Amino acid sequence: MFDISSLTHFVFGRLSLESLPYHEPILVATFAAVMLGGAALVAGLTYFKLWGYLWTEWLTSVDHKRIGIMYMILGLVMLLRGFADAVMMRIQQAIAFNGSEGYLPAHHYDQVFTAHGVIMIFFVAMPLVTGLMNYVVPLQIGARDVSFPFLNNFSFWMTVGGAVLVMMSLFIGEFARTGWLAYPPLSGLEASPDVGVDYYIWALQVAGVGTTLSGINLICTIVKMRAPGMTMMKMPVFTWTSLCTNVLIVASFPILTAVLVLLSLDRYVGTHFFTNDMGGNPMMYVNLIWIWGHPEVYILILPCFGIFSEVTSTFSGKKLFGYTSMVYATVVITILSYLVWLHHFFTMGSGASVNSFFGITTMIISIPTGAKIFNWLFTMYRGRIRFELPMMWTIAFMLTFVIGGMTGVLLAVPPADFVLHNSLFLIAHFHNVIIGGVLFGLFAGIAYWWPKAFGFKLNVFWGKLSFWFWVVGFYAAFMPLYVLGLMGVTRRLRVFEDPSLQIWFVIAAIGAALIAAGIGCFLIQIAYSVWKREELREVTGDPWDGRTLEWATSSPPPGYNFAFTPVIHDNDAWWDMKKRGYKRPLEGFRPIHMPSNTGTGVILAGISVAFGFAMIWHIWWLAALSFLGLLAVAIGHTFNYNRDFHIPVDDVIRTESERTRQLSGQVQA
Amino acid sequence: MSRYRAIALLPVMAALSGCNLVVLNPSGDVASQQGDLVVISTLLMLLIIVPVMALTVLFAWRYRQSNSTARYEPDWDHSTQLELVIWAAPLLIIICLGAITWVATHKLDPYRPLDRIAADKPIAAGAKPLDVQVVALDWKWLFVYPEYGIASVNEMAAPVDRPIRFSITASTVMNSFYVPALAGQVYAMPGMETKLHAVINQAGTYKGFSANYSGAGFSHMRFAFHGLSDADFGGWVAKVKADGGALDRNGYLTLEQPSENAPVQHFGKVDPELFKAVVNMCVRPGTLCMSDMAAIDAAGGLNAGGLAAVNGLMKASALTAWPDGRSATGLCTVAEAVDAAAAPIAGADLRPSFTPSSAPSTGYPGGAPRLANP
Repeated sequence: MFDISSLTHFVFGRLSLESLPYHEPILVATFAAVMLGGAALVAGLTYFKLWGYLWTEWLTSVDHKRIGIMYMILGLVMLLRGFADAVMMRIQQAIAFNGSEGYLPAHHYDQVFTAHGVIMIFFVAMPLVTGLMNYVVPLQIGARDVSFPFLNNFSFWMTVGGAVLVMMSLFIGEFARTGWLAYPPLSGLEASPDVGVDYYIWALQVAGVGTTLSGINLICTIVKMRAPGMTMMKMPVFTWTSLCTNVLIVASFPILTAVLVLLSLDRYVGTHFFTNDMGGNPMMYVNLIWIWGHPEVYILILPCFGIFSEVTSTFSGKKLFGYTSMVYATVVITILSYLVWLHHFFTMGSGASVNSFFGITTMIISIPTGAKIFNWLFTMYRGRIRFELPMMWTIAFMLTFVIGGMTGVLLAVPPADFVLHNSLFLIAHFHNVIIGGVLFGLFAGIAYWWPKAFGFKLNVFWGKLSFWFWVVGFYAAFMPLYVLGLMGVTRRLRVFEDPSLQIWFVIAAIGAALIAAGIGCFLIQIAYSVWKREELREVTGDPWDGRTLEWATSSPPPGYNFAFTPVIHDNDAWWDMKKRGYKRPLEGFRPIHMPSNTGTGVILAGISVAFGFAMIWHIWWLAALSFLGLLAVAIGHTFNYNRDFHIPVDDVIRTESERTRQLSGQVQA
Repeated sequence: MSRYRAIALLPVMAALSGCNLVVLNPSGDVASQQGDLVVISTLLMLLIIVPVMALTVLFAWRYRQSNSTARYEPDWDHSTQLELVIWAAPLLIIICLGAITWVATHKLDPYRPLDRIAADKPIAAGAKPLDVQVVALDWKWLFVYPEYGIASVNEMAAPVDRPIRFSITASTVMNSFYVPALAGQVYAMPGMETKLHAVINQAGTYKGFSANYSGAGFSHMRFAFHGLSDADFGGWVAKVKADGGALDRNGYLTLEQPSENAPVQHFGKVDPELFKAVVNMCVRPGTLCMSDMAAIDAAGGLNAGGLAAVNGLMKASALTAWPDGRSATGLCTVAEAVDAAAAPIAGADLRPSFTPSSAPSTGYPGGAPRLANP
């Protein structure tokens, strides 16, 4: 019996023309813009015949430096998307007063705030942090690459795969309308029967594979691949914080994976882990997701603490004050971050003793964090501070982050949390630490390591402009939210009744506009610096009078990073080498063993996206096929014996003598 | 300098004085104590935050590169005394704050009955708190007053200075019950009951709302909380009694359907078992209550012994209220139960002999069958 509707259902699952949001003008315009931009990009790449270069040199690259740069590009592109969501929210909340419904219906607005949170955490902060770690850590420890270079490439592309799924939800179907942690029962089948939550689940699952594997990779790299002489207590602080962050990733992301699997089972096969009835318990989801979620915020902030340590020490021209206590503080934070998750839901009805326990453990984290702030302070003390861009971001961080830390400890007092929980005060708090801590740190890191990655500095004028727009914009956008929180205004509201609130939302919207200018100046800064790169050229490889090993090699470093693995005597390895009159070896080069590029990562991630898409839309034949495809390609890759090669000694000599000429100033370029 | 700063801060102060910081200046004793705690904790932390911020600016200025008169010690990186101070100062603050936290958390535990009406007013001996049962519906609030046998939607009232004992639940998704002027919030969760004790000390009308996002109609999920004198409260109760019809189970099932911007409604009469049935998710006649399901599990689960327990419970339980003449002879999967529902009821075979109240539905918020083999 032939039935056309059951055939289309078999072929397309839940997907139909109705799934395309052609009746939403905002989305249609966005789609048109994305298509135009995409077409221009494709045309450009084709016209300049860059496809082959892109594929062989970048997409299939296993070089940790290129993968790091690609992570940064991913993070910055997604920042634009996540920020567009933020602007839409700020405009809606600034105008939806006095009976006005604003310009976003609930169906759209609720997706916007969910997507904003998911994108900013998973596809902006995570890629940017991972990108910096990927780029810098192997250089800091004197390694030629990470432990598992193919895995690194695969991890990156899985992260991209997750981002692709989130972006797809914009134009095919819809995204979750649940808030960024998708609490059931709201994210369960009864309240959210459509594809939004499935997009959420599969985007995070695909990206989560990448994050977990990249965590394993970097732990192995740091533990096993340090240059001779670099004992654990001689590692640069950024490497230490990266190690702790990756330990957190490996220990916490499996929890996220597991809890999302349980939610998927509820949604796909009718189990009752988190349903209201049949013995299900949504509170279990809330606990599990925060057992991942709290370490996640330390995953983001710890590497940034590392960046601030490097920057403060470098630009104060001084050894880092209290290296040992810095390391112990980091380790203590790593451990304590697992003992505080319940402070995200004091209001769920736990007993007073349970709430007190988690409140006090939370406060205890502020002790090592406070110690870190003091360590940076006393690093500056009796230093010679150069106010280059990275140092400006660091000072702004120190002044801003302590406010966010203070409001955080305040929220850790359970009775205070009862009146501030889920309010805009909470929103202000976590933006205060994530923007004031993570984002300022990332900008400091980008300005600091940019010359290392590209061989020229970033333009200072546009950088300073961006800095001031960001800092002032941040305060304008989020201080009003603290006030609104104290006025008892809760989060995720789409319309308001009380007209006296409007002025604060208008100020916040102006703040968002200032931040937009900050982002704009940042992009101009990059474009302008690329354009004027010959004027900004930096040939020494050590533009800031650096202290750690990455400044010992050229900028950008050769594929093999170091022609000879250095021997380490001090935790400021490069400073120590400079002090002792280090001479670059000019002969005795040997062929260098390196990993080969492979397209398998791209292919696997591509198939994973197809698998996720098929699962989201219930296209079962495609799900089965792509799953088998994943297995086939993964197994097939194990038979690829063409995994490594040697850089011929002549190439090494050519590269190194080029650097010798650069250093002696004979050739400027 | 300080005068300039005061002038610079003037617009901020003016703006702030124009708005109502209800969290710091509430009208209920519980919220007042919570607001005080916000202030005390903040001041305690400022003891360390302010010096840190000042030192940051001072050091950044003093040790700038162009200031060649400042001392420069590039290799100074350790001082045991300083390290001790660095770790001890935050530790001391946290010890103080931790002690305050422990005491205040226990004292202000929302589950703990009040021991005072206000700072200078103890509770009169033998005073009975006002019981209010709160149900967060999609997307409105239902308040049931068991003492008076009345209920209201999107409006509640309480007499000034009488302790209130809230029992809170929800119908489908999680919400959070919050009246900032009265007391801190507590989650409202389906299938569960949370508690909150509070008291309102000043007459007035205050805002109440859901503080946990719960779907499309969330923004409009507001209600008015009236703090009334005893006489006014009596008048309000009489008005509700006079206004409204009865809220029985079928009425609740209609009310439970999602709606936005729901108007205030009054019910003069309420099924006294309604709240218990909502918490146990068995308002719809013929659905197995969660309390019964737990009892079945405790009695041996879904084997022959459990089945005997089911039938005993069903007869004994006023909440479950199965139609007459039905008894369970077997408990199977959801799908089988649905099949059985479609087929004529057979007597003695091992399929379920009762009909589930509705077919499984992924539609929202249609009720899923409440009985199945887990």
